[in-house]
Amino acid sequence: MSFSNTQWLALSPFLLLSAAIVALMLSIAFKRRHDGNATMAVIGLNCTLVLILVLLLISKGRVELTPLLVVDNYALFYGAIILMTTLATATLSHAYLDGFKGEREEMYLLLAISALGGLVLACAQHFASLFIGLEILSVPLYAMIAYPVKKRHSLEGGVKYLVLSAVASAFMLFGIALLYSQVGSMGFAEVGAFFAAHDFELISNRVALLGGALLLIAIAFKLSLVPFHLWTPDVYEGAPAPVTSYLATASKTAVFAVLLRYFVEAGGYHQTALIEVLAVLAFVSILVGNVLAVRQNNVKRMMAYSSIAHFGYCMVALVAGGPLAVEAVGAYLLSYVITTLGAFGVLTLTSSPMGDRDADLNYDYRGLFWRRPYLASIMTAMLLSLAGIPATAGFIGKFYVIAAGLDAKLWWLLGAVVVGSAIGLYYYLRLLIAMFLLDPARHRFSAALDWAQHVGGIMVLLLTLAMMGMGLFPQPFIDLIRHAALQPG
Amino acid sequence: MILLWLILIPFIGGLLSWQGERFVGRGFPRWVALLTMLFALGISVWLWVVGDYSLPAVGGKPQWTIEYQASWIPRFGISLHLAMDGLALLLVVLTNLLGVMAVACSWREIERNVGFFHLNLLWNLGGVVGVFLTLDLFLFFFLWEMMLVPMYFLIALWGHNAPGGKGRIYAATKFFIFTQASGLIMLLAILGLVFVHYQQTGHFSFDYMDLLGMSMAPSVEMLLMLGFFIAFAVKTPMVPFHSWLPDAHSQAPTAGSVDLAGILLKTAAFGMLRFALPLFPNASHAFAPVAMGFGVLGIIYGAFMCFSQNDIKRLVAYSSVSHMGFVLVGVYAGTQQALQGVVVQMLAHGLSAGALFILCGEIYERIHTRELSQMGGLWARFPYLPPIAMFFAAASLGLPGMGNFVGEFLILLGSWNIAPLTTALAATGLVMGAVYTLILVQRAFHGAPAAGAPPLKDLGRRELAMMGVLMLLLLGLGVYPQTVLNTSASAMHQVHTIYSAAAATGVAP
Repeated sequence: MSFSNTQWLALSPFLLLSAAIVALMLSIAFKRRHDGNATMAVIGLNCTLVLILVLLLISKGRVELTPLLVVDNYALFYGAIILMTTLATATLSHAYLDGFKGEREEMYLLLAISALGGLVLACAQHFASLFIGLEILSVPLYAMIAYPVKKRHSLEGGVKYLVLSAVASAFMLFGIALLYSQVGSMGFAEVGAFFAAHDFELISNRVALLGGALLLIAIAFKLSLVPFHLWTPDVYEGAPAPVTSYLATASKTAVFAVLLRYFVEAGGYHQTALIEVLAVLAFVSILVGNVLAVRQNNVKRMMAYSSIAHFGYCMVALVAGGPLAVEAVGAYLLSYVITTLGAFGVLTLTSSPMGDRDADLNYDYRGLFWRRPYLASIMTAMLLSLAGIPATAGFIGKFYVIAAGLDAKLWWLLGAVVVGSAIGLYYYLRLLIAMFLLDPARHRFSAALDWAQHVGGIMVLLLTLAMMGMGLFPQPFIDLIRHAALQPG
Repeated sequence: MILLWLILIPFIGGLLSWQGERFVGRGFPRWVALLTMLFALGISVWLWVVGDYSLPAVGGKPQWTIEYQASWIPRFGISLHLAMDGLALLLVVLTNLLGVMAVACSWREIERNVGFFHLNLLWNLGGVVGVFLTLDLFLFFFLWEMMLVPMYFLIALWGHNAPGGKGRIYAATKFFIFTQASGLIMLLAILGLVFVHYQQTGHFSFDYMDLLGMSMAPSVEMLLMLGFFIAFAVKTPMVPFHSWLPDAHSQAPTAGSVDLAGILLKTAAFGMLRFALPLFPNASHAFAPVAMGFGVLGIIYGAFMCFSQNDIKRLVAYSSVSHMGFVLVGVYAGTQQALQGVVVQMLAHGLSAGALFILCGEIYERIHTRELSQMGGLWARFPYLPPIAMFFAAASLGLPGMGNFVGEFLILLGSWNIAPLTTALAATGLVMGAVYTLILVQRAFHGAPAAGAPPLKDLGRRELAMMGVLMLLLLGLGVYPQTVLNTSASAMHQVHTIYSAAAATGVAP
């Protein structure tokens, strides 16, 4: 099999990132230098990102690389999001790991490998590549979550994620095998066509039904949709703050991207039963996620539950289908990623350099505004964006979700969105106002005074600009998202 | 362009106040904020003087004295579309005037974080001015929700923890959640309206002028109208949804209360006049008896609740509920007289409630309590404050010669032909208003002062100047309302025409 030039070009981001990973690994093996190795990783990631953006700009259309992978604008767009997230995590990790007493360099290696998995997922059009991508994405995460191995919480979180994720992978493999036994192929297109053709007799074909259900469970686990969300709060809490931000954004975005591709390109919308199940999952996720978040005093746990709810909102757009769905999911995920990274960025800057615990209690944020006004203002903007208040990116995302849902007349899901937003407002406001209250006691946590002059700080400032930009002048972002639309199969 | 500046000036002034405190000093934000608001007020009054607000509608489409449009989000047909007619002008003038008062009344009250306080106050005012000027439904919702955030901060950070209450953060959060959730329902309705338009024409538009006069199925129209109505009803506040208001008022700082009662409540009435009625005339007409019923319920319930209040700010808050009930009745009566009365009532209530809240603040600053049971005999302890308070209380109960009387009278006169029974019930509110207002005056000011109570520091020159201005305006509005009526006549006539056309065809869903 020989590749044409176009195909080589489409493959180039993978090659470049892999080369960067190997180079990074070798350089760590030769000599450990935290700054040097981190810079190398960031340069490698940046080059890949630039390459992807260039490819997105010249837009070669749909390029198939073997039956496993396809590179189109959609894949490139999500690849760019994943790489940007990875870059943000890398810069945050640099500030955060300064105080870490163990080996610091492997974090970047793990991060880059995981990003590679994300890229594969964004391009996957076959259940084999879906599985491969998911594993490349997840396996480094086990190590990243448990990176501070001396800490009980991190270790617990890592092991928990490892065990549950392995179970989910087993479900997924078994599901794929069952589907394969019925369809005779693992390509999205073939499986989708099979279901489209046999939808009415699906009830009788128990094997295919079971396979689909197992697959769905694995995906729902990765997206932490209720009732497969039980790992989320513990793992979020245990993981170091930058890793949590990666877990909340990159890994979920990649999985959602592949799910949406299956639905739009392979005709997943023909499977009415599947849509109904997803609608129920979305409904429950929104309500349960928001209600449980109310009770949390730990910011990371709160963000964990709120992320459950956010993916519920995003699922509403997916369930809606129709002409707006792809655009709505893109807008929602983009706004969610920018905002979540910003919020975790502030959390990381406040916690760093790594102490005996992260600044993750509500109480740690008391009076932050009077100590670090700009940092607290950024956090305020991020929380308002998560709550979906106008003038922030989150509002554009929510606007899209509601528009898509309304177009498809999903009344009860829209009701859940409204109720969920009202509940969500309560816990975001609680954290928000804590930052403005006067602090009666001495405060343990404050970012360094010159936070804005470090890479982590600059990154958070850039995210804020992007967030406000998307909230106030969304048109360029909308153009970009529309440029990356999928063609329905 | 001048309209855009009307919105932007408070935002810029707010930023200057915030940053200026750090570099110049504590007094600086107050002066910046005051000058900003005076400047904005000057512009809006100048627009009043030079503009012609009596343009009649052409071909059923309203005409705007000043209009500004710039592209914003072409994907959905969203633009920065601002326009001013007589109604918007009057409310903008009111907003900027009360903005000046809010800055002035915080001069002594706010000691902590002066710059950030004025940032929030001015951003809130800027957002409200935007709400009055916008003609794009997306922009309307955008500003409608955005102005909540500064208000939330005003209550949560500079509010009081009234004894026995649940605390200022509770009140602020309740206010935010009530209005935000109802706002989202309005967003659903806005999007629904846009999709209906999309199905008919094939392109997205959030523009008021495009959406006006659209025909749709009665049941759809009713649903969409209800979506708008709920948002406005929560903010008005209409009685079953009013419970955030007394809490918010009793915890808010004085400037926050002035802002809330004087301006924010008016955005809801404005929303009904500008959006709910003209966009959904048939459904509104069918719904009118229910809405008027709720209005009467609000009038009576608010008045009754006033009797049982011990906190003066809560009392004034409930009287707002009662007075805004008149507005609801007038809006849905929909005759020219009633609508004109609504405009006057909004202005008069803004002035009188604003003044009463300022006076509550002054009293609190001096005797450190707002409990009526701990007052009594204040008349003997101040020379100026009690008679001034008496003046505004009399205005509030609708004494002829004051603006409130003109508003309430016109509303009742205009509603009589539409719904005699409702109007008769609403008129009892005037009687009860007189009773609770006099009870307030009697309990707070009359009687003998406690033995050995020292005389209190009276109003200073700043406070007397504020009160003087408000008194003059209220008297002017009561004695010669024609200037205001002329300004709003054309805009109200437009609403009346659309509404009465629906009434004539009698299409009921």
